[in-house]
Amino acid sequence: MHELSIIESIVDIILEEMPKHNLTRVTKVSLRIGDMRQVVPEAMQFGFEVVTKNTPLEGADFLIEHIPIKGQCEKCKHEFLVQSWLDNCPRCEHPNIQIIAGKELEIAEFEGT
Amino acid sequence: MEVIAIKVPLVKNILEANDKISDLNKRFFDDKNVLVVNIMSSPGAGKTTLISNTINALKDEFKIGVIEGDIQSTYDAEKIAETGAQVVQINTGGACHLDGNMIRDTFDQLDFDNMDLLIVENVGNLVCPAEFQMGEDFKVMLLSIPEGDDKPLKYPLMFHESSVLLVNKIDLLPYIECDVDKIKKESLKINPEIKIFEVSGKIGTGLDQWFNWLKEKIRQKNDSK
Repeated sequence: MHELSIIESIVDIILEEMPKHNLTRVTKVSLRIGDMRQVVPEAMQFGFEVVTKNTPLEGADFLIEHIPIKGQCEKCKHEFLVQSWLDNCPRCEHPNIQIIAGKELEIAEFEGT
Repeated sequence: MEVIAIKVPLVKNILEANDKISDLNKRFFDDKNVLVVNIMSSPGAGKTTLISNTINALKDEFKIGVIEGDIQSTYDAEKIAETGAQVVQINTGGACHLDGNMIRDTFDQLDFDNMDLLIVENVGNLVCPAEFQMGEDFKVMLLSIPEGDDKPLKYPLMFHESSVLLVNKIDLLPYIECDVDKIKKESLKINPEIKIFEVSGKIGTGLDQWFNWLKEKIRQKNDSK
């Protein structure tokens, strides 16, 4: 259940940001999470509801944008979406692929009043 | 009156606070010339036995400290203490992984001026520990063959983040259906840089390769003085 640690970090970051924008309530939180991050959306949602009780974030919409895993061939530099870890480069068949997207764990934006 | 919500674009790494503490830890370890390895696996893969054997093999040559991470109990720390190494037990009280802060909290309980190698035994878990940096030089993963050869594709992040994979309990191969070549092939596919050693922590098979890898890394860190 590392979801709870992740949610606690999110809440800490937003509570710190709020006064900079003169916000007293948060109505929406949007995240970008790469598919390599093994977070369970239901656990995130549940964790968010529990952790934000009695905070200015209570009741805020909680949105997760999933970022697919993107690889780049080490040889021909071709970029493609990784469907399976066993795939070779679809263009030149080279086996070594660098992951260039899919490890995101970010707050994209939040909204408040 | 309608209240208009203000949109705040942020694009901020959620684990930034932990990453910052990890960077501070890393600087501290670099300053002390202590090599730090973070040992990760599922529960029961053989981390504690491997660490005991590693200490016994290296302790004449190097000074070693250990941080033991468990949800509860001091069982592992007691086992490690028998080797004579400095050891601290962290009980996470429920958390499934160690993080930068927990490691930092042990700093006043260990003598880093008398240490060449710090081994951190993470909480047994194939998911969460891969997400949290602690300031280590290398992540080392154990996979014991009774766990099955499907693990690289099921827990790719762990294999992607690790520098070394120890395929443990290799002595059980005659009794277990496990395709070790498949483990190796798929691990290398996920992480072409990963070093793979087949070992038995219990009877000692293959451990020399692991000890040699570790000794070389300790010497490199010491030479960077």
